[in-house]
Amino acid sequence: MTTVDAVQRGSTWSGVQRWARRDEVRRAACLVALMVTIAVITGPDGSQNSPYSGLRGSLLSRHAIPFYVLAVILAATSLAGGRWTTAATAPVRALRQRTTGIVIPKPVKLVALALLAVLVLYYPTTLAPFWQTVLVDQMGIYVLLAVGLNVVVGFAGLLDLGYIAFFAIGAYTTAYFTDKLPVHPPFTLNPFFVFPIAVGAALLAGVILGGPTLRLRGDYLAIVTLGFGEIVRITAVNSDAITNGPQGAFGIPHFSAFGYHWTLDSLPYYYLLLVVVALVVFFFRRLDDSRVGRAWAAIREDEVAAAATGIPTLKFKLMAFAIGASTSGFAGVIYASKVGFINPDNFPLLLSILVLTMVIFGGMGSIYGVILGAAVLGWLPNYLRDYVPAQDRFIYFGALLIVMMIFRPQGLLPSRRRSRELRLSELGIGGADGTGPIPGSTQ
Amino acid sequence: MCFTQSFWQLTISGLALGSVYALIALGYTLVYGVLQLINFAHSEVFMLGGFGGLFLVRGLGIDNPSGVTSVLLVGGGMLAGALLGAATAFTLERVAYRPLRRRGAPRLAFLISAIGASFFLLNLAGKEFGRFNNPMPPLYTSGKVFSVFGAQVTTNQLVVAASALVMLIALDRIIAKTRLGMGIRSVAQDAEAASLMGVDIDKVITRTFVLGGLLGGAAGFLFGIQFGVQYNMGFSAGTKAFTAAVLGGIGNVRGAVMGGLVLGVAENLGVACVSSAWRDVIAFLILVLVLMLRPTGLLGERLGRSA
Repeated sequence: MTTVDAVQRGSTWSGVQRWARRDEVRRAACLVALMVTIAVITGPDGSQNSPYSGLRGSLLSRHAIPFYVLAVILAATSLAGGRWTTAATAPVRALRQRTTGIVIPKPVKLVALALLAVLVLYYPTTLAPFWQTVLVDQMGIYVLLAVGLNVVVGFAGLLDLGYIAFFAIGAYTTAYFTDKLPVHPPFTLNPFFVFPIAVGAALLAGVILGGPTLRLRGDYLAIVTLGFGEIVRITAVNSDAITNGPQGAFGIPHFSAFGYHWTLDSLPYYYLLLVVVALVVFFFRRLDDSRVGRAWAAIREDEVAAAATGIPTLKFKLMAFAIGASTSGFAGVIYASKVGFINPDNFPLLLSILVLTMVIFGGMGSIYGVILGAAVLGWLPNYLRDYVPAQDRFIYFGALLIVMMIFRPQGLLPSRRRSRELRLSELGIGGADGTGPIPGSTQ
Repeated sequence: MCFTQSFWQLTISGLALGSVYALIALGYTLVYGVLQLINFAHSEVFMLGGFGGLFLVRGLGIDNPSGVTSVLLVGGGMLAGALLGAATAFTLERVAYRPLRRRGAPRLAFLISAIGASFFLLNLAGKEFGRFNNPMPPLYTSGKVFSVFGAQVTTNQLVVAASALVMLIALDRIIAKTRLGMGIRSVAQDAEAASLMGVDIDKVITRTFVLGGLLGGAAGFLFGIQFGVQYNMGFSAGTKAFTAAVLGGIGNVRGAVMGGLVLGVAENLGVACVSSAWRDVIAFLILVLVLMLRPTGLLGERLGRSA
C-alpha cells in the first residue's frame, strides 16, 4: 500500500464519518430506525418453536413494506430538505412562546370551571358500564393515590417506591374488619366505618417505616421504601394463617352508610371518590400554602440549609410521609370495598412505580397536574385495549413515557413554584435536592 | 444455628449467585457514579444479554459438547450476551437519557424515562421471544468437580464464579489504570471540572454505559446457564442487584462486588433458616439493617475515590 493510497483511504473514511455526523443524516438515520422499530412493535409475535418468527414476520414480510416505504420517504425528505423538521415545528414553537405568559381573564376561567364541573358530574352517567368501571378502578383510585404520593414526592421531595404497601395495608385492614380473613376481628364493621381505622393503621405503618429510614439520603430512601413494599407484599403471600396467602380475601361487602347502600354499580363509587378527592385536594392545597408547605419546599430545595435555619427536618419529612401513607390507606379501603376481593398480586412493586410515574408525568408538586397525569395514564392502557393486543399495551406505554420525558420533562401541568426552582437550579442556584439537574447536563 | 449442617454448601451456591448479582450491580453503580441516576432499565440490559447468549448457543446447535468446544461455547455465549447488552445500553443512553441531559431535565424525569424504556424492552422481548422460560442447552457435562470442607462444587458454580471473577478484576483494573477509567472517575468526582480539564463528558458517559452493558449482558448469560432465560427475569434480579449496589455503597465499584457476594450468601443462609418463600424479605431486611448502621453502605465511598 502506498502512502497516497493510505491518505486517500483515510480521507474517504473521514469524509464518510463527517457525512454521517451531519444533522440531516443523523435525523434520517433516526427516522429509519424509528420506522423499523414501529414495524417490529406492530408485527406478529414470536413463537416457542422459532423465536425469530416474530422478527422475521415483522421485517421480512409484506407487513413491513409500508414502514420501509415511509422510512425511505422520510429519510429522503430529511436528507434533501435539511432542517425540515425545524421548519415544521416552527409554528408550534412560535405558538407556544406566544401562549406562555398569557393571563386568562377571570370570567373565562369561571366559565371553563363550570363546564369542567358539568363534564365531571354528568359525563360519566353517559358512559358504558365498562368505562364507568375503568373510571373508578383504574382512574379514580389512582388519582387519589397519586395526589397522596404527590405530597411525599412533589412537596417534600422524598422518593418513595413502596407507596403501594400502605394501599395494601388499607385494603387488608378492610378485609380484617369485615371478617373476610382467617383471623377474626373483635367486632365487624361495614367498610365505610373502617376508614378511620385503616387510615390510622396506614399512618402508623408510615411512621414506623419513616422514623428510622427518613434519615437516609434520596436514593437510599428509595431502595429502602422499595424493600418495605416488597416485604409487605411477600408477608401477605406467605402468612396463610393471617392473610389467607395468595388466595387473599373474598366477598368484602360494599359500602353502606346512613341508609345508602353502594352496589356493583360503579357510579356511586365514582361520586364518593369525587367528594374524597375534592376534600383531599382542598386540604393539601391549604397545607402546601401553609407554614408546613414552606418547610417542605425548603427541605426539598436544600435539606442542610433548611435544618440550619431551624426547621425540624425529620419531623416535617415524617409528616409528609405519614400524610401520603394515610391517603394511600384510605384509597385501599375504597378499592377493597369496590372490587370485593383482594390478594397480594393486587399490590406489586410495579404499581408503586406506576403511581410515581403518574405523579411525575402530570407534573410533580402540581396537584391538578398530578390528577390529570393519573387520569391519563389510568385511561390509556384501557383505551389501547381496543387497538392493540392486550399484552403489547405496555410497549406503547413505555414508549410514551420516554417521548414525554424527552419533550416535556416537567410534566403535563407543572407547578409554578416547581418550574421556577428547576429553572434556577439549571442556572446553578440552589437545586441541591434529588430533583435538580444531574451532572453532565449541558445547557 | 439452622445452617450448621450445610454451611459451606450454602455459602458456595450463594457465592455463585452473588457473583452474578455483583456483575449486574456494577452496571448500576457505574452509571450512578457518573450520573447519580438509578438506571432502572439496566435489568432489561441483563435480560437481553441472556437472550443474546441463548440464541448464539442455540444457533450453533452443538450436541453434547465437551472439552475445548465447551469452553468456546461458554466464552462465545458470554461474548454474545455482553455485546448485545452493550448495544442495548448504548441505545438506551442515546434514546432515553441523552436528550434529557441536553435539556437539563430534573433527575426524576430520568427515572421515568428509564422506567418507560424498561417497560418497552421487557414487553417487546416478551412479544418477540415468547413469555416462557427458555432453558439453556447443555454447554458441558455438569457435575461435581471437587469438594471444599465437605461441600461439593459443581461445574455450573465454578464456571459462573470464575467468569465473574475474571470480569470483576478486569473492570477494577480498567477503572484504576486506563485512560477511560480515569475519565470515569473524574466525571464522578466533578463533571464540570472534568469538562474544563478537557474530558469529553458525553464520550465518558456513553462508554460507562457500554461498560456496564458488557458486564450486565454477560451476567445475563451466566444467570441463564443456571436458571434459563425468560423475558421478565430482569426485574427481580435487577432489584436484587440494585440492592447489592446500595448495600456496598452505591457508586463504589468494590462495594458493589462486595454487596453482591454478601447478599448472595446471606440470602442462601437465611433461606436455610426460614424458607425459600422469604428469600426476598431476607435480602431487604439485611439492606435495611445495614443502612441503619452505615447509612451510605458497607464501603460507602463514591466512584471517584474508589480506585
